[in-house]
Amino acid sequence: MSRSRKQPARDALSQHAPELLLALLKDMVRIRRFEERCAELYGETKIRGFLHLYIGEEAVAAGAIRALSPDDAIVATYREHGHALVRGVSADAIMAEMFGKRSGCSRGRGGSMHLFDADTRFYGGNAIVGGGLPIAVGLALADKLQKRNRVTVCFFGEGAMAEGAFHESINLAALWKLPVLFCCENNLYAMGTALARSESQTELTVKAASYDVGTASADGMDVVAVLEATVAALERVRSTQAPFFLEYKTYRFRAHSMFDPELYRDKAEVEEWKKRGPIHNFSARLKAQGLLTEEAFLDIDREAHEEVERAVAFAEAAEWETPEECFADVCTPETTG
Amino acid sequence: MSASQKITYREAARQALHEALTQDERVFLMGEEVGRYGGTYAVSKGFYEEFGPDRIRDTPLSELGFVGAGVGAALGGMRPVVEVMTVNFSLLALDQIVNAAALMRHMSGGQFNVPLVIRMATGAGRQLAAQHSHSLEGWYAHIAGIKVLAPATIEDARGMLRPALEDPDPVLIFEHALLYNMQGELPADFSGVDIRHAAVRRTGKDVTLITYGGMLWKALGAAEQLAKDGIECEVIDLRVLRPLDDATIMDSVRRTHRVVIVDEGWRTGSLSAEVTARIVEQAFYDLDAPVARVCSEEVPMPYPKHLEDAALPQPEKIITAVKGLLGKTND
Repeated sequence: MSRSRKQPARDALSQHAPELLLALLKDMVRIRRFEERCAELYGETKIRGFLHLYIGEEAVAAGAIRALSPDDAIVATYREHGHALVRGVSADAIMAEMFGKRSGCSRGRGGSMHLFDADTRFYGGNAIVGGGLPIAVGLALADKLQKRNRVTVCFFGEGAMAEGAFHESINLAALWKLPVLFCCENNLYAMGTALARSESQTELTVKAASYDVGTASADGMDVVAVLEATVAALERVRSTQAPFFLEYKTYRFRAHSMFDPELYRDKAEVEEWKKRGPIHNFSARLKAQGLLTEEAFLDIDREAHEEVERAVAFAEAAEWETPEECFADVCTPETTG
Repeated sequence: MSASQKITYREAARQALHEALTQDERVFLMGEEVGRYGGTYAVSKGFYEEFGPDRIRDTPLSELGFVGAGVGAALGGMRPVVEVMTVNFSLLALDQIVNAAALMRHMSGGQFNVPLVIRMATGAGRQLAAQHSHSLEGWYAHIAGIKVLAPATIEDARGMLRPALEDPDPVLIFEHALLYNMQGELPADFSGVDIRHAAVRRTGKDVTLITYGGMLWKALGAAEQLAKDGIECEVIDLRVLRPLDDATIMDSVRRTHRVVIVDEGWRTGSLSAEVTARIVEQAFYDLDAPVARVCSEEVPMPYPKHLEDAALPQPEKIITAVKGLLGKTND
């Protein structure tokens, strides 16, 4: 069920409602504008710590998360601003978190790498590579034991596939027939280490298939391909009550973090991938289909800017948590002696 | 319970688990050999047949995976009891215990607490050599966000699991492997224990012995011997290694003015060091002598019996330490 092969644009898009296609575009633009602003704010020292930008990979979060039900769970990585935003965590709460303010989605305690939100079942924001995978298995186990029909979707990079946590987790999920969708965002670099320099088997679906799970690979630069592949994969997880491994082939346009001089890849390679930029390519396809005008695009862009600026203003105005509050809240209050 | 029972520590731990599984549908037991094998220490013998494979869940040799699955299942509304065969193997799961279970609640702004119980065996004494014998619970007592329990008695083995499962945050329970066969009375009126306080297991006016877990019985044995020489030791069983019950410790120190800490862990950077520091911080002027410690020798645990014995705290070493504080020699 590989969705990675290019299909004629007319065919692929015409199967979907125009409103859905525009919503996908809008989500990608929201992520892009949010993160561009974050980079500026980092320069202004409003945001500190590590900041890992998702720019270039927006089609994955936008397409994949659109396919989920509201009661499905998401376990994400430290490059998760886009996932949280698309999942429905407010830009205000995310930006306030980046500022370290109490109104942030994790009370400002976690920052960029630790976005959490109970309302949308967003379980982080995990900054240990592979650390989220066993947790996803457990969430799905809880659903199975409590006979709830929901899926846990776990995002991780291809770098995590070298971790023992990946192998232990996918084995447990397959062995116990748990509804986990393993979503590998293969952006070709684990920080600065290219896939071929870290994996003996670079075909990631082959690696995953050894655990007797279904696998597929999708073009992670094409939001509709991502959506379709994820819908199909989720359907498979729900109908079989077994895990599935889905690879999104994507690319990070920016550095790994704000401290990365990018010595490990050629500028020409980055420029080549930028030609496949998920937003401008998708916009062009929509325009070619008569589904988007330049004016309408500019409206979407303006709305995204406004959302981000409102979030920045909210974060600026928000209060800090006091040391007293923060330090007294390590364990659940009723039980601290 | 109608009459007092003479049971083993193993049976006490078994009864506690049985009660939890019977009373709460959310509780399940997961770990290596807990099911068909009946538990490495036979604590869960018969459970697989009684509660079935969903609730008595045998796992692959995959500590990181199944401890992390316990974290996730706890987040998903279950009350998992995860059994790790020994503390030595728990190092394979350290990331999930520390970076996930312990940190999650605070890091998520209080949204995601992790009501997870992890049981593991600890301690030496069975000639299992370097990779199966160390007492690393003191390490875990370093970690903010978890509670660390060390049941040393039949009552604690029977009673600590319930409050641990009621706790909304992660709780680690360390069972000393040498205690499973220990017999004792469980009183007819047993109504449970708390997981907040240290316990004074013997009263005495001359020296306070502070210990926990398997070393409690060596400390009590030493106290018995010393009593014959007219030296009365108070013996404190810490029970809860995190958070420490400073009040019980200081109350005793202020009465006896002398302290020996007995800890099966290595001395450097240990729980015994932490207890020492707290006494110095809070009761320095009540001390008549420096705090003394009896810990394991700082060596990977050797296999031969005589070397293992020599590496561990023993009643004779405790007696020597106590007499040293009182200016007496062992003769």
